[in-house]
Amino acid sequence: MEIIVCVKHVPDTASRIKINSDGNGIDTSDISFVLNPYDEIAVEEALKLKEAQGGKVTVVTLGADNSVSSLRTALAMGADSAIHLKSDNWTGDSYATAKALADEIGKNSYDLVLFGKQAVDDDSSAVPQMVGEFLGVPSVSVVVGLEIDGSNGKAEREVEGGKEIVEFSLPAVISAQKGLNEPRYPNMRGIMQAKRKPVNTVEVGVADSKSTVSQMEMPPARSAGKIVADVSELIDCLKNEAKVI
Amino acid sequence: MSVLVLAEHRNGELKKTTFEALTAGRSVADKLGTEVCALLLGDGVDSLASELGKYGADKVLVGNNSALQNYSTEGYAEAIQSVVSSQSATVILLSATALGKDLAPRLCAKIGAGLAADVTELDVADGKLVAKRPVYAGKSISKVEFNSDVQVASLRPNVFTAQENAKAGAVESVDVNPGDIKALVKDIVAAAGKKMDLSEANIVVSGGRGLKEAENFNIVENLAEVLGAAVGASRAVVDAGWRPHSEQVGQTGKTVSPTLYIAIAISGAIQHLAGMSSSKFIVAINKDADAPIFKVANYGIVGDAFEVVPTLTEELKKVLV
Ligand SMILES: Cc1cc2nc3c(=O)[nH]c(=O)nc-3n(C[C@H](O)[C@H](O)[C@H](O)COP(=O)(O)OP(=O)(O)OC[C@H]3O[C@@H](n4cnc5c(N)ncnc54)[C@H](O)[C@@H]3O)c2cc1C
Ligand SMILES: Nc1ncnc2c1ncn2[C@@H]1O[C@H](COP(=O)(O)O)[C@@H](O)[C@H]1O
Repeated sequence: MEIIVCVKHVPDTASRIKINSDGNGIDTSDISFVLNPYDEIAVEEALKLKEAQGGKVTVVTLGADNSVSSLRTALAMGADSAIHLKSDNWTGDSYATAKALADEIGKNSYDLVLFGKQAVDDDSSAVPQMVGEFLGVPSVSVVVGLEIDGSNGKAEREVEGGKEIVEFSLPAVISAQKGLNEPRYPNMRGIMQAKRKPVNTVEVGVADSKSTVSQMEMPPARSAGKIVADVSELIDCLKNEAKVI
Repeated sequence: MSVLVLAEHRNGELKKTTFEALTAGRSVADKLGTEVCALLLGDGVDSLASELGKYGADKVLVGNNSALQNYSTEGYAEAIQSVVSSQSATVILLSATALGKDLAPRLCAKIGAGLAADVTELDVADGKLVAKRPVYAGKSISKVEFNSDVQVASLRPNVFTAQENAKAGAVESVDVNPGDIKALVKDIVAAAGKKMDLSEANIVVSGGRGLKEAENFNIVENLAEVLGAAVGASRAVVDAGWRPHSEQVGQTGKTVSPTLYIAIAISGAIQHLAGMSSSKFIVAINKDADAPIFKVANYGIVGDAFEVVPTLTEELKKVLV
């Protein structure tokens, strides 16, 4: 089975976010970047499928040169090869990102394209389904259970208050939600091997964006409220001050 | 030009988020000087149409098709595409529910539209939609502007207020062709014992590692029960296997914006705060007076959860029941 996994290089979730001087993005100077946590789950699922059914796992990222380190992480986990869609200053929206990824994926043969359900920077949860449409293949998002049997698959997708059981034909796009598996940590051997695995660099063209972020701002600051003495004071505050009960 | 709002329903009932989206759609349409069409898709859903006019729909389009009995990404996207062109819709609003978050991007890719996902503020400037949405799990907010003719936004549940505003709500049926569907929902399984979903709940009561073991979550559940609230959890608790991951609140869990969020024995790590800081009111119960959670809480009680929470539950019973 040929599996492609799209991974993004994102700020560590422990990062404190500051706005840049242009006011339209974040200041990345003090931020460390990691492989998007949901994409680790996608990589893990690809490796498990490969281990069970044979095949090859290719990881793809679109980003600047530093994003190669997330490709290396995925290679160290066990992916076979990587494609770096290089753009030094990518400002594309989800549409443009999905378009660029789909254009590249379409040049390869694939049975399954795996994604994280969401990139923890832009939080759009959009790129996988868009890629599905651009490739003309079915997509199932927010998946917590996956079975592949020949040219058919079955996925459990998380919805409010339960799960949808979705049956689909391959090739297909899947986005991974926490709970699908427990991602492995790369071991020393994996990390050493990753250094020798191929990373193919492809320059990407101009972003075909349909939207732009014109401004970034900090959310209204929350300040500490008051410490109440006991439960009856709390109930009084909730009832008469906040009026929420 | 028109504003199209997708009406979402489950178990034969319209969802509350649909009224929120319709109200927001009404306000956008008024600013654009155009009309609001609500779109109902399904199989035999006509009976739901009448309620949509009450929340500001000028027109209610009903697309029945046996292939749309269950939601499907491809089928819905295909059906909506034809309605978008027949109604010359330029703004499409959905709710950022499981369905809306799945569907909106597929639709955008199909029709070449820009997307603002999980939006918390909507406005109009120069005849186009302008949206604000939390990014980095709410650590900052982006303002999104569109350069596509058709603009799509999914609206975060519980943020926009639903307001009755009766309009004609003239019901029209439309032909929808869901096309070739390659991913089909075969079954929908309800999670055991779960009454309410986190992301749509008005009140959320969450517990953390300070509760020491899974069984002790009963004090959280009892409080939630009295308040009619959904139960949430910190990642520490989910990783320990005490609670399902569907209950995790935070940057790699659910982002919630309820009216009231009660954090019990949760320290308030940055990833947890990211997921709940946009709640209207926050209550923290923690035995450590220096716990970071108190920095964002409107009301805090420094004390032992095993004493405070059962007392709170009992006292609330007297007030609420
Ligand atoms: C990539 C990544 C993503 C993450 N995503 C998330 C996320 O989405 N959501 C999330 O929650 N975390 C997330 N985390 C984890 C986060 O960093 C914290 O580890 C976690 O939130 C801590 O959970 P906690 O507050 O329950 O536990 P702790 O930090 O251990 O806090 C327990 C609290 O309970 C209090 N306590 C103890 N006993 C009592 C008592 N008897 N009565 C009252 N209070 C008591 C203590 O004072 C303490 O404040 C993430 C971490 C990483 C690295
Ligand atoms: N620049 C990118 N390069 C590769 N994959 C990406 C990129 N952006 C998003 N993705 C993939 O799409 C998923 C969802 O991202 P998003 O729609 O931005 O929330 C991520 O978890 C990745 O799998």
